[in-house]
Amino acid sequence: MNYVIGLRCRECGRHYPAEALHVCDFCFGPLEVAYDYERIAATISPESIAAGPRTIWRYRDLLPVDDDAPVDLGAGFTPLLRADRLAAELGLGELWIKNDTANPTGSFKDRVVSVALTKARQLGFKVAACASTGNLANSVAAHAARAGMASIVLIPEDLERAKVTMTAVYGGTVIAVRGSYDDVNRLCAELTSEHPSWAFVNVNVRTYYAEGSKTLAFEVAEQLGWRAPDHVVVPIASGSQLTKVAKGFSELVKVGLLEHQAVRVSGAQAEGCSPVATAFANGADAISPVKPSTIAKSLSIGNPADGWYALDAIRRSGGSCAAVTDAEVLDGIGLLARTEGIFAETAGGVTIATLAKLAASGDVRRDECVVALVTGHGLKTVEALSDTVGPTVTINPSLGDFDAALGEDLLIEEAR
Amino acid sequence: MSVSVRIPTQLRTLTAGKGEVEVEGSTVGAALKALDAGHPGFAERLFDEGGNLRRFVNVFLADEDVRFLDGLETPVSAGQTVSIVPAVAGG
Repeated sequence: MNYVIGLRCRECGRHYPAEALHVCDFCFGPLEVAYDYERIAATISPESIAAGPRTIWRYRDLLPVDDDAPVDLGAGFTPLLRADRLAAELGLGELWIKNDTANPTGSFKDRVVSVALTKARQLGFKVAACASTGNLANSVAAHAARAGMASIVLIPEDLERAKVTMTAVYGGTVIAVRGSYDDVNRLCAELTSEHPSWAFVNVNVRTYYAEGSKTLAFEVAEQLGWRAPDHVVVPIASGSQLTKVAKGFSELVKVGLLEHQAVRVSGAQAEGCSPVATAFANGADAISPVKPSTIAKSLSIGNPADGWYALDAIRRSGGSCAAVTDAEVLDGIGLLARTEGIFAETAGGVTIATLAKLAASGDVRRDECVVALVTGHGLKTVEALSDTVGPTVTINPSLGDFDAALGEDLLIEEAR
Repeated sequence: MSVSVRIPTQLRTLTAGKGEVEVEGSTVGAALKALDAGHPGFAERLFDEGGNLRRFVNVFLADEDVRFLDGLETPVSAGQTVSIVPAVAGG
């Protein structure tokens, strides 16, 4: 069942059909999918959702495309883990980690790509394309392979090696561009005009793509027993994910799956690319673009398309936004791994380090139910840790060497 | 002096489908005003009431965002390309 009415400009309200359109012809504002929430509310229930697959497609009534055989590698329904040991370190109470490293290609991007390519295929596209900081590249290449579509992925040339390998292995076209992500993105925006028969998931089908991130909110609410958390901490690159997570919670209220409850949404950025955190700190309404320089490459968007909407969602929800140094990012990765057994990429380090900062400042409170989104797997960015993590010691294969090197340390460890 | 302006799909209804238009102008702003003079309708799409670029319009000169240069005052040289690109993309 499809409950999409059409597309609507978020700025000027003009209406458009549900085709491959992403910006308003008149004011260039972003187009948003419009749904018939009354009809959805009349049919959707916790039971109808529970009867669906253990993927994002269990929420198909609230997604912009309906298909009995979606382009699907099993994205979504990732673990929501109670994180008591991390909470104790940070002085927090009820803390949960949404472990989106568990997606098929290791990041939340599988959610948005599964939606985007399912819609693209319905619209008749045979080529999937994107501008990517890496995680999207991995996911587009994989899902295109699964769907039998050609893929053309454009990335900045300085990406982490694993992200390049994890894209190229699927056999599509991978174009490394000499420049930043913002340069790649501008090129793709121009290419979209020249190649209208290609589905650029985050350009001409971005309207549908972005909706996939709502499933993070849907899953968190369902996994908490159809309860909204008090506070969610979300990393910010383009700002789309944060905006859609906030929208996801409000939609659940609209269709009657949640009692009305305010969810505070806070944003996390790296200091080397913090246009949204800077605007938040300055009380500014405009986002000033920056030239990124941080190890958190998946968040390195200096000119964030949804930056303004993310800022607005943070402010309206009573949330906060902060930025952390690269050293703090590495500490965040280590802290999450050491306390909860979850290995996150640098973006996850940004989220955890920002959570720590906001907990210390009192912006995230001990009496809140808090969820932190950890959106990408650590194997994607191992180079970031290569100077800080390694064998505890290297020894010859002898008991004497072992005892000399570690014996006393291990006794101390066991006594803890 | 003559510069090329690249037009995105959304605005090609104003240029009879052309993706690139030659105009005269010594700054980015002057080039865009000349574009509107030759193809009426551009100004209201690109500029707000205060004459500034709208929030969702990005303009590049030789592949650099003019906000990192001198904005609409950025001087242009003959043969350079100005690109108008919708801001909502990526991520």
